[in-house]
Amino acid sequence: MRIYLDNAATTKMSRTAVDAMLPYLDTVYGNPSSLHSAGQEAAEALDNARERIAKCLGCPGKEIIFTSGGSEADNQAILSAARAGARKGKKHIITTAFEHHAVLHTLKKLEREGFEVTLLGVHEDGIVLPEQVDDAIREDTCLVTVMYANNEIGTIQPIKAIGGICRDRGVTFHTDAVQAAGHLHIDVKEQNIDMLSLSAHKFHGPKGIGALYARKGISLEALIEGGAQERGKRAGTENIPAIMGMAAALEEACGSIDENARKLSALRDKLIEGLSEIPHSILNGDAFRRLPGNVNFCFEGIEGESLLLLLDDKGICASSGSACTSGSLDPSHVLLAIGRVHDIAHGSLRLTLSEENTEEEIAYTVRAVKEAVEYLRGMSPVWRALISGEQEFIIK
Amino acid sequence: MALYSEKVMEHFRHPRNVGVIENADGIGEVGNAKCGDIMKIYLKIEDGIIEDAKFETFGCASAIASSSMATELIKGKPVSEASALTNKAVAEALDGLPAHKVHCSVLAEEAIKKALQDYYGKLSEGV
Repeated sequence: MRIYLDNAATTKMSRTAVDAMLPYLDTVYGNPSSLHSAGQEAAEALDNARERIAKCLGCPGKEIIFTSGGSEADNQAILSAARAGARKGKKHIITTAFEHHAVLHTLKKLEREGFEVTLLGVHEDGIVLPEQVDDAIREDTCLVTVMYANNEIGTIQPIKAIGGICRDRGVTFHTDAVQAAGHLHIDVKEQNIDMLSLSAHKFHGPKGIGALYARKGISLEALIEGGAQERGKRAGTENIPAIMGMAAALEEACGSIDENARKLSALRDKLIEGLSEIPHSILNGDAFRRLPGNVNFCFEGIEGESLLLLLDDKGICASSGSACTSGSLDPSHVLLAIGRVHDIAHGSLRLTLSEENTEEEIAYTVRAVKEAVEYLRGMSPVWRALISGEQEFIIK
Repeated sequence: MALYSEKVMEHFRHPRNVGVIENADGIGEVGNAKCGDIMKIYLKIEDGIIEDAKFETFGCASAIASSSMATELIKGKPVSEASALTNKAVAEALDGLPAHKVHCSVLAEEAIKKALQDYYGKLSEGV
């Protein structure tokens, strides 16, 4: 038995997406850049996929560039805006403390090149306020980049309002929508978004493919040189099978956003309710302004990696923001950004749902987490110190 | 390849010597919650022999497995042997640890050394 609750890491491909890919792995193998009929067949498929993806985002096809995934799209968006800014002497960029590392590490690189980066703090509820962005914009700001929904705690940001402020102040606005695309309604025009990154494998599409939306007028720079593909903005023969899979997956996901959200948020709320019964536990991020499938808790007195491995033994695939799972000495920067102290952040658990999960699985998971937390607390010197009163609880 | 050896997983799933020794002859606690690892080792020592060893650990699977293995390695051994236990010996007995988890075996060595220091301290106070 396996209960997969790590859909923010990656999702299982949908049947529709797999079926959409198969002909392009098999019979339709032409290179879209070739002038012969086999190439043109592939070129037509590529155009068709681009239009369908654009339609899901509310933009024309020519504003979509295919990339290898969300990270590449983030890198290209940020570096392009930075280069364009530098040409006008604008070298200030605004972002938030809890972005994905694809954004934060790209900005670190720019800092080393002389750019100045303002990291906006995040409120404990995991939401950045549009006023914070407004206050941080300066004469020399060339880019604001704020994620659509956080990958760890699932909180949804006020994208339209932030986009509106950027538009008014003449600053380019990019959003990393990797966790949001296919799960929340997106309309880039209505939401004042200049650039947006997405990744197919987060909405039941294939891995290794993503897209960058860039509004007409936004100057894009190629990260990969070597050909005229993607209007010269991304060289390399297009990954047609993956692109076809992504188009099918996004269309399918966008066609059932409301239905999926209703189902997932009901399961999510059951899971939150069940886990809240564990003493000295706390939900990370706002309870309602969060992705329909995201649950993230901290449990005091235990460490997240051992919790994950115990759950894995019980057939549950989950994730944690503990240092041991991040491969560094610090726990998740997202949990630290919302004010969780190290001691607590090490004991975090992220469970992210998909449409395939059932109520029975949720009930089983609640029981399994309760047992595992209790077991680990039973051998934890921290827990002993807490319950004996030697040390004060951080989570009341 | 799995993250951990079978031996690590076995000791994580079925840790030996979990618990507390009341009126222990030596107690050693190392690490801190900020870093995500705390190990506490309790020793019962009679006639220079480690009669019993128990542990409590807050930490990842390799920290729990290292505590379990380290207590197994010193039980029944003379104090002199226990104080010579190295993190390398703990890691080897677990069929190795991933590079970024070697510090867990270091914590186990340090916790035992600290518990023995506590024991010697108590001995000299008693004299």
